[in-house]
Amino acid sequence: MANDVWVYIEHKDGNASPMSFELLGIGKELADNLGSSVCAFVVGENVENIAKEAFSYGASKVYAVEDGVFKGFRAEAYAKAASFLLDKYKPEITLFRATSQGTDVSAASAASLGFGLCTDSIGIKVDGGQIKLTRAAFGGNYTVTVVNEKAKPQITTVRPKAFSMPEKDASKQGEIIKESFSIAESDLNTKVLEFIKSEVALNLVEADIIVSGGRGVGGDDGFKMMKELADVLGAAVGASRAAVDSGWISYEHQVGQTGKTVKPKIYIACGISGAIQHLAGMRTSDCIVAINKDPDAPIFKNASYGIVGDYKQVVPKIIEKFKTKLNK
Amino acid sequence: MKIVTCIKQVPDTEAEIKWDIPKGTLKRDGMDPIINPFDEFALEEALLTRENYDGDIIAISMGPEKASDVLRNALALTVNEVHRLTDEAFAGSDTYATACVLASAIKKIGDVDVVFCGKQSTDGNTGVVGAELAAILGYSQLTYVSKVRQIDAANKKIVIERAIEGGIEVIEAKLPAVVSVIKGINEPRLPNLMGIRKAAKIEIPAWNADDLGIDKAKVGYEGASTKVVEIAVPPPRGAGEILKGELEDIANIVTDKLIDLKVIK
Ligand SMILES: Cc1cc2nc3c(=O)[nH]c(=O)nc-3n(C[C@H](O)[C@H](O)[C@H](O)COP(=O)(O)OP(=O)(O)OC[C@H]3O[C@@H](n4cnc5c(N)ncnc54)[C@H](O)[C@@H]3O)c2cc1C
Ligand SMILES: Nc1ncnc2c1ncn2[C@@H]1O[C@H](COP(=O)(O)O)[C@@H](O)[C@H]1O
Repeated sequence: MANDVWVYIEHKDGNASPMSFELLGIGKELADNLGSSVCAFVVGENVENIAKEAFSYGASKVYAVEDGVFKGFRAEAYAKAASFLLDKYKPEITLFRATSQGTDVSAASAASLGFGLCTDSIGIKVDGGQIKLTRAAFGGNYTVTVVNEKAKPQITTVRPKAFSMPEKDASKQGEIIKESFSIAESDLNTKVLEFIKSEVALNLVEADIIVSGGRGVGGDDGFKMMKELADVLGAAVGASRAAVDSGWISYEHQVGQTGKTVKPKIYIACGISGAIQHLAGMRTSDCIVAINKDPDAPIFKNASYGIVGDYKQVVPKIIEKFKTKLNK
Repeated sequence: MKIVTCIKQVPDTEAEIKWDIPKGTLKRDGMDPIINPFDEFALEEALLTRENYDGDIIAISMGPEKASDVLRNALALTVNEVHRLTDEAFAGSDTYATACVLASAIKKIGDVDVVFCGKQSTDGNTGVVGAELAAILGYSQLTYVSKVRQIDAANKKIVIERAIEGGIEVIEAKLPAVVSVIKGINEPRLPNLMGIRKAAKIEIPAWNADDLGIDKAKVGYEGASTKVVEIAVPPPRGAGEILKGELEDIANIVTDKLIDLKVIK
C-alpha cells in the first residue's frame, strides 16, 4: 500500500540481528496514525526465518529480495535491491537503524532514487498527515525537526534505542512477498575477504548499561576498575576522548561527537568532566550517574545522580555493594 | 594516481551558533570555523597515499568565502590543487544536494582513482555524504574505513579494513572508490611554516554552478527535499540529585536506585 511504513531488517550469517526488529514498534504506531500497515523488508540469500520472526514482532507483510548474490552484506548490492523495492512499492516512509549497515544502505538507496534523507532520528510523529522527524543537531545542543516534502518514500535512519522494542508474539503471521531481483557478480564492485571478530564482547551502541571512564581515571589501572564494575553489571565500557587519546583504551570505545552516540538505560561516567562534545554522545541516556571529584564539573548538570568524590574510593565501594545485593 | 579529498569547514562546537530562521540552516559566515575533525584524517590519508603510490591530490570544499581557509590549510600541507565549490544556489543544500555538487566537481576533475571523505561532519552530523557520493558516481562505496591496506592503481584495485559493529571487515574493491575514514586511521600532520607562507599567497579558485554544469533548481534550499521546520533547544535534563553523606550511605543509595530500574540482570 502506498502509505505503508517499512522497516529494514538487518541480519548476519542467516540470523536477524537481535535489535533489528526494534523499529517495528514505532513503525506500527506511525502506521496506525497514517491508517496503513507496518511492513518489514529484507534482502538476503535465504530470508524465510527472518521474515517469520518479523511477523512475531508485528510486521503485517514482509517484502523480500532473495538471491545467492546477496549472501553476506555488501552495501552496494543491498542498496540496489533496497532501492528496487522502494521504487516499486513507494511506501510512505522507510525506517533503518542508524547502524553502519543501516546508514550505508539508506544513504545509497536515497541517493540512487535521487533525494535526501534524515539521519539518526530520535523522534518521529505524524502531525496533520505529515511525518515529522526530530534529530539532534550540532552536538546535541539543538534539536531540529525535519519534513521531507519531495521524497517518496521518505527515508530515515533512527538512533538505536530511541524507541522501545515491541513485544514478541510468536503466534502472529503474515504474508511474504518475494520479488525476483538480482545483480551479476561481475557488476559488483566489492568482495568481502574476511571478518575479524573484535575481542570486545559488547557492542557499545546496543548496550543497556555503559560504564565510562575519562581522563580522571588516570590510566590502565583505572580502566581495569571500570571493567570490573562493567562486568558486575553486564555493561559495556565507554570512554571520553581524553582517555582514548591517552592510549588507555581503543577508539571503538569513544563516546561523543567524534565517537559513538549511545543511549543506554544507565550511563555511569567516572572522571569525565562533561565537555559538550562528550555530552553530545550520551546526553539522551535514560539515567546518568556521574562520579567526579570536582563538585563544579559540568557533568553534574546532566546527571540523574551525582557523587562528588574520588573514583578510587567510590567505585570499589559501589562494586562491593552491587556484588552483595546482586549475589555475585 | 589521482586522489580527491572532500573537506568541509564546520563551526567550532563551542562557538555561538547562528541559525537562519525560517530557513533552518546555519549562518556559516561569522562563525569561528575549523576543519571538520574527520576530514583531517581524510586529508592525511590522501597525503599518505600520495607518498606511498605517487600521484596528485585535489582538495575540494563546498562552502562560502570563509571555507577558503580549510583549502588554504590543505595547500600548506602540499596538496597539488584545490577548488572551492560555491554558488548562491548551493546555500541550504541537504546531504543529497551536497553530494551532487561534490560529484559534479569530481566528474569535472576526471579520471579520479580514489576520493577520501571523513566519516561525518560535526555540524551536519549526518555521516552519509560519502555513501551518497559513491552511489551518485557509481564508485565503490567504502565507509567506516580504519585502514587502507593496499592500492593497486594499475589493476584498479583497493583493499581496506572497515571498523563496524562486532569487528573488522576486510574488503577488496574496484577503483575508483569513495573511502570515508574514521578517527584513528592515521595521525594528521601539521603544516610547516614554509607551507603556510606559500599557501598564504595563493588565490583559491572557485567553481560555481555553471562551471560544474549543475541545474540550480536541483540544489540548495529550493532543491532540498528535507526541510527544517522547527529548531529547539532540548529541555535541560534537569540536574538531578547530588548524593551527600558518608560514602557507605551514598553507595547504598545509588546501588539501590540503579537496581530499582530493573535493567541490571
Ligand atoms: C572537535 C572536537 C571533537 C571532540 N570529540 C569528543 C568526543 O567524541 N568525545 C569526548 O569525550 N570528547 C571529545 N572532545 C574533547 C572534549 O572537548 C573534552 O576535551 C573531553 O571530553 C574531556 O575528557 P575528560 O572529561 O575525560 O577529561 P577532563 O575534561 O580533563 O576531565 C577529567 C575529569 O576527571 C575528574 N577527576 C580527576 N581525578 C579524579 C578522581 N580521582 N576521581 C574522580 N574524578 C576525577 C576531574 O575533576 C575532571 O572533571 C572533542 C573536542 C573537540 C574540539
Ligand atoms: N560542504 C562540503 N564540502 C566538502 N566535503 C563535504 C561537505 N559536506 C560533507 N563533506 C564530506 O562528507 C563527509 C560526511 O559529511 P556529512 O554527511 O555531512 O556528515 C565529510 O566528512 C566530508 O568529507
